[in-house]
Amino acid sequence: MSPSDVIMTALIALRSNILRTLLTMLGIIIGISAVIALTAAGQGAQKGVTDRIKGLGSNLMFIQPGNGKTTTGLQLPGQGPALFLEDARAIDAAQIDGVDAVASQGTAPAPGLPFGATAIYRGQNTSTTLLGTETTYQYVRDFYVSSGRFITDDDVNKKALVVVLGARVKQQLFGDKDPIGESMRVTVGPGNFSVGFNFTVVGVMEEKGATSSTDQDNVVITPLPSFQARVPFIRNARGFTNVSQINIKVKNRSKLPEIKQAITDILRKRHNLAEDKESDFFIQSQSDVLATATEVDRTLSVLLVSIALISLIVGGIGIMNIMLVSVSERTREIGIRKAVGAKRRDILMQFIIEALVVTTCGGLLGVAGGVAITQILQHDFNYHINLLVTSFQLDVNGSTYVVTPQWIIAGLGMSAATGLVFGVYPAWRAARLDPIEALRRE
Amino acid sequence: MIRLRGISKVYKLGSQKVHALRGVDLEIRDGEFLAIMGPSGSGKSTLMNIIGCLDRPTDGTYELDGVNVSRLNDSQLAIVRNRKLGFVFQSFNLLPRLNAVAQVAMPLSYRGVTNRNQVARVALKLVGLESRMHHSPTQLSGGQQQRVAIARAIVGNPALILADEPTGALDTRTSHDVMEIFRSLNEERGMTIAFVTHEPDVAGYTRRIVSLRDGQIVSDAPHVPAYSHPGAPPSIPAAAATPVERRILGSAGI
Repeated sequence: MSPSDVIMTALIALRSNILRTLLTMLGIIIGISAVIALTAAGQGAQKGVTDRIKGLGSNLMFIQPGNGKTTTGLQLPGQGPALFLEDARAIDAAQIDGVDAVASQGTAPAPGLPFGATAIYRGQNTSTTLLGTETTYQYVRDFYVSSGRFITDDDVNKKALVVVLGARVKQQLFGDKDPIGESMRVTVGPGNFSVGFNFTVVGVMEEKGATSSTDQDNVVITPLPSFQARVPFIRNARGFTNVSQINIKVKNRSKLPEIKQAITDILRKRHNLAEDKESDFFIQSQSDVLATATEVDRTLSVLLVSIALISLIVGGIGIMNIMLVSVSERTREIGIRKAVGAKRRDILMQFIIEALVVTTCGGLLGVAGGVAITQILQHDFNYHINLLVTSFQLDVNGSTYVVTPQWIIAGLGMSAATGLVFGVYPAWRAARLDPIEALRRE
Repeated sequence: MIRLRGISKVYKLGSQKVHALRGVDLEIRDGEFLAIMGPSGSGKSTLMNIIGCLDRPTDGTYELDGVNVSRLNDSQLAIVRNRKLGFVFQSFNLLPRLNAVAQVAMPLSYRGVTNRNQVARVALKLVGLESRMHHSPTQLSGGQQQRVAIARAIVGNPALILADEPTGALDTRTSHDVMEIFRSLNEERGMTIAFVTHEPDVAGYTRRIVSLRDGQIVSDAPHVPAYSHPGAPPSIPAAAATPVERRILGSAGI
């Protein structure tokens, strides 16, 4: 039989029991819709996170205290692993080949400290992050002022009480008003025990957007010594200047391993670590962060796709079930066809094509359904998906759902494969029927 | 030309062996019209299935148009059934859902004939169903359904038409109509026809009657056909002129 004959025969058979065909197809439609919608959600989340991490700049390295694997809980300065401003200075002084610039930073709330900072201006207040840093910060983080000026060496030396506002803080406290030269208050600490300082606003940062864990626009930037010397909870009892992170801008990404090694040597020596002791700091590059985030996203995607595949398998079993019923119902037809000259191969093809027609139509409808679900999710349920995703510690606020052509083709391929896998056995049963037996069957 | 030599068939029913056929010798020449008769259990259906290449003999040789069919595999047997044989069954065995043209064209689809609907229409005309071409089996009477089945059997221009109790499901009058068609196909088109029946009346149309009992041929005698049945359909005009008709009738020698 020619391929078009086989397809016509299949269509006639399927049309003769249209309700059954549609119900069988429904399993595949749901399965493929789920595959398309869930992979779109997964890929959308991945893309959102990846874009933001890439936004950090690919030439950035971070050094943070601790081993990077376990969090040690509440740590006040002088406890546990620590990094110091002096460490950053030493790295800068070593003039490691490939290092462009170094900027250390300390934040309140610090990681592990259960209290935050509040920015206040004329009765308006907003919860924020107080970030103490050096003049190199702008260049290292590729994050510049949009109006006014950034902190200067003079500010650092004088421990001046000046601040540069993040775009969101400026908007929250000042609205459209120009904040430069205004006096505002920042308090740090828990409730009644908080300490407050008056600062003069000298600049406003450009808008940057949220990163994987913090909103870079919700920040108040001040010179590191001003912050370290005056906030009692953060001041180190032994007189060092604790920093929560050292940012390093490198010239050439290919030198990252060498730079990492050089910094590790310097810091281990400074921290007097014996050969066999683990480092009390860890160094990450943007690509490391990206790899971690991608890993988390991949796990999520695998989870989502597994759910989708399970529903596809259930749909496939439905196909097999109905095909077996169809073969036993049509035993006589098979006998007649064999009597007039159909070979085993002809019968086999007839039933496989029937299964393939059902699954391919189901696949097409499923792709359409998946794209439709994606559109609806994008408009109405973004928030809920975000809740789900943030529970995996990822901020995908405003992420988009990405239906890629690869997944559409994969969806169609999967539906056809389902038809093939679950159609072969019933078709084989049909093909091996003995014509005399088949003709005798009522 | 069909030649059966020492054909026997043994079925195993559990531990018991059932001898359905015990050394049957039978020759059917081109253009013959014969009936195979016998009581139930005499082996006539088994013989029919073997001649129809639906079943293989346990022993003996079967030559169909010079080919030893008993040695062929499943796929080759399917080709033989498709090209050399035409079946007519007691219960018509039409496919539900298909109209008459599609029913008749179906065997041709397995050999990739492209203008098969045209050929099918000619075959339907030969059995007098030109006005019922697009009816499905449920819209046809029993006699009409059996005529569609006959058209399906002859459409591939087979060497032999086999019919298994072709009138078993029909009333007397319709039976005679169907037998008239067989008679005219044989007489006017020269087609070779063999059928199984247990009705002497129906067997009376043929020119040879083979009787079976307990798996053996007990009599094989020429017979003078008696046709003069009132209400028989007019015989089919012999002047089949179109190339397609000639193709159908091809080896029938017309």
